[in-house]
Parts: sequence; C-alpha cells; structure tokens
Amino acid sequence: MCAWHPDMNFEDITELLTEKFGADVIEAAELPGLQPALHIKPALITAVCKELRDNANTYFDFLACLSGVDYGVEESKFGVVYHLTSIPFKTSVTLKVSKKHGRSNDSLPSFLSVSSVWRAADWYEREAYDLLGISFENHPDLRRILLPDDWVGHPLRRDYVNLEYYKGIKVDT
Amino acid sequence: MENQALTNYQKRMQELGAEEMVLNMGPQHPSTHGVLRLELITDGEIVKEVFPHVGYLHRCFENHAQHLTYQQTIPFVDRLDYLASMNSSHAWVMGVERMLGIDKDIPKRIEYIRVLVCELNRIGSHLIAVGTYGIDIGAFTPFLWCFRDREHIMNMLEWVTGARMLYNYIWVGGLFYDLPVGFEERCREFVDYFKPKMDELNRLLTDNQIFISRTAKVGILPLEVAINYGCSGPMLRASGLKWDLRRVDGYSVYPELEFDIPVGKGEVGAVGDCWDRYKVRIDEIEQSVRIIEQCLDRLQKELKRTPDFDPRAKLPKKIIPKAQDFYMRAENPKGELGFYFICDGKSEIPKRVKCRAPSFNNLSVISEISRGVMISDLIAIIGSIDIVLGELDR
Repeated sequence: MCAWHPDMNFEDITELLTEKFGADVIEAAELPGLQPALHIKPALITAVCKELRDNANTYFDFLACLSGVDYGVEESKFGVVYHLTSIPFKTSVTLKVSKKHGRSNDSLPSFLSVSSVWRAADWYEREAYDLLGISFENHPDLRRILLPDDWVGHPLRRDYVNLEYYKGIKVDT
Repeated sequence: MENQALTNYQKRMQELGAEEMVLNMGPQHPSTHGVLRLELITDGEIVKEVFPHVGYLHRCFENHAQHLTYQQTIPFVDRLDYLASMNSSHAWVMGVERMLGIDKDIPKRIEYIRVLVCELNRIGSHLIAVGTYGIDIGAFTPFLWCFRDREHIMNMLEWVTGARMLYNYIWVGGLFYDLPVGFEERCREFVDYFKPKMDELNRLLTDNQIFISRTAKVGILPLEVAINYGCSGPMLRASGLKWDLRRVDGYSVYPELEFDIPVGKGEVGAVGDCWDRYKVRIDEIEQSVRIIEQCLDRLQKELKRTPDFDPRAKLPKKIIPKAQDFYMRAENPKGELGFYFICDGKSEIPKRVKCRAPSFNNLSVISEISRGVMISDLIAIIGSIDIVLGELDR
C-alpha cells in the first residue's frame, strides 16, 4: 500500500552505485529514522543522479524536492538534499551532499548542478542560491529567484544579519 | 559578487533584435492570478521567450518555520496555498505525526473529518481555478456561478472552524473542534444542490465551442517534459499519467475510499493541452464529491459523534520528534506538496524546514511550453496551470 519506505531497494541502490562508481562514491549511509539517505561524494553527484535516472532498474525520473541546508554556524557545513521519486516503480530515495565551508564572503560553497538531469532542479537550485548562498557549477542561469536581483546576503543562512536599509527604507526587525 | 547569469540576462534584455520587443505582463495584471510578473520577448504577436519573475509575495515561510514550534507553524502553513488551507495543514500535520510515530493512533472519526474538510476545500480550490480560467478566456458567467457555489463551501467551513479561508483547524494529533451539530446533514444538502450545478457548468463552459477553440491544442505539455520539470497534480495527470499521491502513498483513510483518478485524454485536442488540464479539474471535483458522500456515510453511521468524543484527546503535550530527516508529501489541489523536516531530537523547533510547493514547479515549465505561442494563448496557458502565488513565493 505505502510505497514510501524505500528500504527494500536501498541496499540494491548502494550496491549498484558502488559497482559503477567505486567504493568511495558513498561517503556514508544514514540508516536510522523513517527515510534512509545516502551521502554521495560531491564531485560525483551529477553522474550518480544521471545513472539513477537512466538505469532501467532504478528509473528515478522525478526530482521531488531539492533543499539547500545550512547545518549551523559551529559546524560550518553546507549541504544539498535530493528527494528522488521513481514514477514507474513508486519508490523514493534521498541523496545528500555536503561540504565544509568557512562562510567567508569571498566565495560561496559550491556543488555540481543537476539541472542537466532534471530541469526541475533549475529553479530549486536558483532558490538555494538565493536563500542560502549555495552556488551550483554548470547551472545555466543562476540568478536570484525569490528576492530582488540587488539583494545583499542570503537570508536563510544561520549567520544572516538584517540590513539596516534597503533602498532607503529602514528595515524593521 | 559578480553574477554572470544576471549580466547575461540583462544583456539579453538590452540587446534585442530589430523585430523584438520586451513586454511586461504583471505583477498587477488580473490574468496572472496574483503578483506574478512575466517578461516576454515578443515578435509582433508571437512570444519568443518568457522570463518569469516571482517572489513578490515572499513571506519567509521557511525562516518562520525554523523559529516556531510545529503547532505554531500551522497558521503559516495555511497561508501557503490560501485557497486550500486544509490540504496544506493536513500535509504538515501528517508529517509531524509520522515523525512522532502517532499517525496510527489517530481516531478514525478524526481522520474522516480531516478528509471531509480537505475534499470540500479541494472543490473550493478547483472552482476558483475553473471560474477564473473562464474569465481569463473571456467567459464571465462561469466565474460568478463558481463563486456562488464556492460560497456555500466557505460558509460551511466557517461554521466548522470560525474562519473563511485560513482555518488552523487540523492540529497535530487531532482537531481544533469536532464538527458542529447538524453539519453532516447540511453538507449532504450541499452535495445534493451541487451535483446538478456541475452539469450546468459543463454545458456552459466545458462543451462551449468558443472555450474549446481557445484552449484545445494550446500549450501542449508532453508527459516526459512534465515529469522532468517536476510538474505534479492536475498538470501531470492532464498529460496522461495516473499519478495521485492519495492512491500512491495511500495516506490517511484514502485507501478505504472509492474514487477514480481522472487523466487527460485529449478528447477535443491533444493530450496535455489547456483544455485537458481544465477537464481534469472538473472531473476531480466530481470525484471529491464522491469522497465527501462516503465520508458522510461513515460519519453518520459507524463513526457517529458521541458526547464523550474529544478531538483534542490525542494532542501531544510536547512535540519533540526524534533526531531525523523526514520528507512528507501529500496531494494538494495544485499538486505534490512536500515538507522536508530536519529535527535534532532535542528541540520543539525544527532545524530546517523546506517546503516543496507544487505551483513553483508547475510554473517553471511555462518558458518551455509557451515558446512561439500567441500572446493571447499565453494567458490561456497561465490560467490552465492554476498557480497560487502564496505558495509559489512562500
């Protein structure tokens, strides 16, 4: 009845990925909780997604959700979480990538874009860039989406401080 | 920091070809269904490119949710898709209940009441979609008829919850109140009144030759494009795929209820055109009426109200889910509404909440399907997507 527990296919997917990309493609497997997740090596995420989409045994053709995550100021870690759904098999899987980043203003934490695999990722990644300041390599059009183009900063970051003025209007906090 | 994509975009807007013109639609245009702005590059009447600009209604939902407890966030969730608040809060509440592990303990009467009010709200949302779609195309009467019928739903839900649109009725572990006495009978009266009204609407709009000429074979969305862009709900089903999370996930009491999943068949044009998207919504209204009748049957017979029934009995005192990540999805009138929670297991406040709004993905496909159409057809396409800016911008 409920196709929401992907654990049946979880080991198979792990096996499939290690076979294809080598043992270090999966950095860790997150098993507790209702929905297990795979931590993927950031440099391989696009290739992994493409494989999971095109492989006839997995066929994850639907990117249900892509979330940027700021794991907190002390951790200095940024990540992206992908929720994949396979429409023909009615299965789901969660993939994660994360990187340490020192929050310096000179550079943004950067991951590979999956918008070439699912076009749905185009706007999701723009949103993650806009709100969390996560950059995506090879993204075709990485502009801000929800905030105005001239906004400074990324408001969903844990260390975000409100600007005092925006275009001469005092920001009320 | 220099943003190359922004520079490219500005350059595209400034360096137009001799025959090209930039046309701004919105954010204050009635046919954009809220504050949506579309920047079009046109060649005469032909749309060459569409640049959607969203975010005018951004209200920092995700940031609010990261500073409030799960129960306190429900009013904010209601304001995401303000035309279908019940469905949104149902999804949120189910997600929290599953993380707490209490989703199996919810009494059947509560689950049936939840489904009943959700389906009423779904009809209300689809009536707006259908009515305003008519007005986009130039048919004024269906709009008034749809709003007249929706008013009955609004009145009933106001009777139940005290609010017309933003209910805060479905709570984690229960409900705000039980249904008022006499609601089931009143709801049955409404169903009897409403059924023939749908036939009238079909005669007026669905089979109307002018309406068909404006919508058939316009804005055809092929299935593989719809899936790749993450479209869901009536958008996806109109392209011919039977994909309804009420059936796929079988959440709440939907497995016990009988209903069909309407899909687009291309009856008057091609599969996945604007008319199909409209027709899927019309058919879904009929299916929702079926669900409501079954809910009423149960609520009036085996799940009858008892004097000692307390819809708040199972409310948890403190909502602290175990440390975990959880993605909850549910079928909203607009499509797959998802909430992604990250909990640390110590706090009543989630670490991170991400909302996957169906309108966001559904709109993102517009640049793809409206390349090379007439400007008037673009209006028909926007209306057929049925966006709600409240959840698109969050």
